[in-house]
Amino acid sequence: MISEVQNNPSAILRVERLSMKFGGLIAINDLNFEAKRGAITALIGPNGAGKTTVFNCITGFYKPTEGMLTLTRQNGEEYLLERMADFVITKKAKVARTFQNIRLFSGLTVLENLLVAQHNPLMLSSGFTVLGLLGFPTYKKAAGDAIEKARFWLEKINLVDRADDPAGDLPYGAQRRLEIARAMCTEPELLCLDEPAAGLNARESAELNKLLLDIRAETGTSILLIEHDMSVVMEISDHVVVLEYGTKISDGTPDTVKNDPKVIAAYLGVEDEEVVELIEQAEAAGVDDITAAVDLLSTEALHEIEEAHPDAAPVELIPAAAIADGASSKVKSARKPAAKKTQAAPATSKIKAGSTSNALEAPRAGKADKLILIKGIGPVNERKLNEHGIFHFDQIAAWKKADIVAAEAYLAFDGRIAREDWIGQAKKLAKEGQAKPAQKKTGGAK
Amino acid sequence: MKPIVDIEPKESDSVFAKALKEGLVAGALALGLFCLIVGFRTEQNIRNELILTQRWGLLAIFVAVAAVARFLITYTAPWREERKKTRRVVEAKEPSAFRKSFPKIGLGLLFIYPFLVILILAAYNGSMMGGLQGSLKYVDNFGIQILIYVMLAWGLNIVVGLAGLLDLGYVAFYAVGAYSYALLSAHFGFSFWLLLPMAGIFAATWGVILGFPVLRLRGDYLAIVTLAFGEIIRLILINWTVVTKGTFGISGIAKATLFGIPFVPGPNGFAALLGLPNSGVYYKIFLYYLILLLALLTAWVTIRLRRMPIGRAWEALREDEIACRSLGINTTTTKLTAFATGAMFGGFAGSFFAARQGFVSPESFVFLESAIILAMVVLGGMGSLVGIAIAAAVMIGGTELLRELEFLKLVFGNDFTPELYRMLLFGLAMIVVMVWKPRGFAGSREPSAFLHKRKMVSGEFTKEGHG
Repeated sequence: MISEVQNNPSAILRVERLSMKFGGLIAINDLNFEAKRGAITALIGPNGAGKTTVFNCITGFYKPTEGMLTLTRQNGEEYLLERMADFVITKKAKVARTFQNIRLFSGLTVLENLLVAQHNPLMLSSGFTVLGLLGFPTYKKAAGDAIEKARFWLEKINLVDRADDPAGDLPYGAQRRLEIARAMCTEPELLCLDEPAAGLNARESAELNKLLLDIRAETGTSILLIEHDMSVVMEISDHVVVLEYGTKISDGTPDTVKNDPKVIAAYLGVEDEEVVELIEQAEAAGVDDITAAVDLLSTEALHEIEEAHPDAAPVELIPAAAIADGASSKVKSARKPAAKKTQAAPATSKIKAGSTSNALEAPRAGKADKLILIKGIGPVNERKLNEHGIFHFDQIAAWKKADIVAAEAYLAFDGRIAREDWIGQAKKLAKEGQAKPAQKKTGGAK
Repeated sequence: MKPIVDIEPKESDSVFAKALKEGLVAGALALGLFCLIVGFRTEQNIRNELILTQRWGLLAIFVAVAAVARFLITYTAPWREERKKTRRVVEAKEPSAFRKSFPKIGLGLLFIYPFLVILILAAYNGSMMGGLQGSLKYVDNFGIQILIYVMLAWGLNIVVGLAGLLDLGYVAFYAVGAYSYALLSAHFGFSFWLLLPMAGIFAATWGVILGFPVLRLRGDYLAIVTLAFGEIIRLILINWTVVTKGTFGISGIAKATLFGIPFVPGPNGFAALLGLPNSGVYYKIFLYYLILLLALLTAWVTIRLRRMPIGRAWEALREDEIACRSLGINTTTTKLTAFATGAMFGGFAGSFFAARQGFVSPESFVFLESAIILAMVVLGGMGSLVGIAIAAAVMIGGTELLRELEFLKLVFGNDFTPELYRMLLFGLAMIVVMVWKPRGFAGSREPSAFLHKRKMVSGEFTKEGHG
């Protein structure tokens, strides 16, 4: 995954293995994603998922506990953001941001707000105040240009008429737009917007969409945004990263993410009792890893959804995943034998539809392997695999590409089997199992 | 159903009764409060005996003032409420023609002030010499004294009013300036004109030295540390006796000269060279113009800086520090430059003070001075130069004026010394202004740039800073 990211030259921002801990609280856990140059990347997730923390790490307001944040500017310069002070990030790496709770200079006029944003170039042209104080013409010209630039952005956000009013006097929606314009006045290459549509009505929200698309089209600025308003996210973003409990649960185009059952689960939520139950279950299974806990929660929630909305069954996902892989024909062939099996034993078979080619009706010798030994498989996934006729490491080790697609479909995983190298792990475990079969007595599904 | 009609007359009736009652209560409270403080006085007589004198008359005046004032306030409350409703203005008012040209008129008056005083007094006394001698007091006590504080307050305004950093130890920079002039001129014989900028640089350096440790502090914590810094400087001046001569202070500090022309009575002096009659007033007038120019330099630099990126960054820092950092502004250097610039003007004023007094001692740099200067900035309206100048004139001029109010002796008795009540006046002025104009005399701020029209920003939008 990491090497794949590093090889991608079109990324403006690469977030690698980012972790942020506040004492015992893990706000972000091992997050990897990238924002493409010239694209609008949305960071979504339920409240408290750690989205703003990610922003604060990117813009230098927090120093991440672990991880690497690499920003590549258009001229090829690379900056490691986690090593830079917040104001240097804006100044040198050209990352600008807005805030969840608007932070305008309310006592300064709208125009002055935009001029403060041009502090660094103006500081240079005023010879660090000395030349400007003595009245050198360079500063006068630069000040005029700065006002023109401010006027350009004021026209963009429809606030030219109110340029000389205090920023605190503007209505809420206008303050939001002004904050974006102010960030744009720093000439950023990456613009980070923290909930720009919060508190806006539908019309203002539509205007915001247009503004953001305009910004990207005209200045080529890449945009990273946190948003709760799905109409904004789905309409304008090219790429969506979903966070839950500080972990990435989905990553892809708006459409894939929208249909990702884990995302649906994260947003609809599972009932509190079940959460407690699942956490207990996770603890009992010795899973202290947050990733596994989240998997557990979301897969469980997925079942709920399957029961409640049969339309959203994972079957629907197979074409999407297949198209993404570009191996639709193989999927068909993979699904056929599975379908045949279900037809052959419609009533008695325990094997569910959509299973892989090498599914078994029951574990060999009545004893299943302990599949949770494979990193990435939790108790819930193990149960699901068992339900689909997978009981042994050698079965997983024998999976072909089509099988993986099928398995991922019912496990609701997207590319994770390959990423976590289940097959490699399974092969290793299968070998070990042959060598020391006695060890696995305690394992397996019950 | 309640008889609604009856309520109206009852209301107006009850206002009088309520006012009367509150007046009486206020009188009783004043009686209780001032009974022992004002009503009795202990004095030592020649044999070191304590003698109790009773001052019932004075006490009665105090009580009566309290009672009547309270009565009037309560009685006129509904009427004032009514007026307020009709006059309520949300937006900052456009300044009238007089207020717009006020700075220019004031500046003109300041420039002709010494001559105006001399002419008026000459006419009053019937002789030019009488005018010259009589003007000493007005030029020195009123003119120079007020202008020193105006300059100090304008200097502090950069730190407190613009950058929003609450500095309670500003007088330390004043002391640094004064002592650098006093010591360097005494030991090395440097002239005033060389030492004036040096004093500013020294003070600015100390501003940076103070600035570094307090960068992370905000609000109350910043105030405490700056207060402590002011006290440290004063204690060093007292205790480092080898250099500063401690509480004795440094006397015989060289006077300032006008392009090398000394203000001395001898043949080479200013008066002799210009063929004028000998008088000490020339030096005072010279000092008056010197401090006027220094104060105007402070104002000019402040006005220019506000239109520079650094000035805007200061004001932005006052409004929101985090937003500043998100815009790529180095808040560390921004804060340090604010401290240094403010301190520099404090240093200029200090060296002027030393040249004017001819004597400096740590007693001139107590915390009260810092508090008075800060009070001027707050009363004047943070950030507003004209408002601050008015506040300084009222506060310093007011205390000087108290000395002149001889007629008060007729009211309060012969041993009444009005200047002892100047702190009372400060307190009163603060309370009145804060009630009447919570944002200071000049509650609105002038924007540093405009696109269509320069509109004043109402004080309700500006923030005071986080410290």
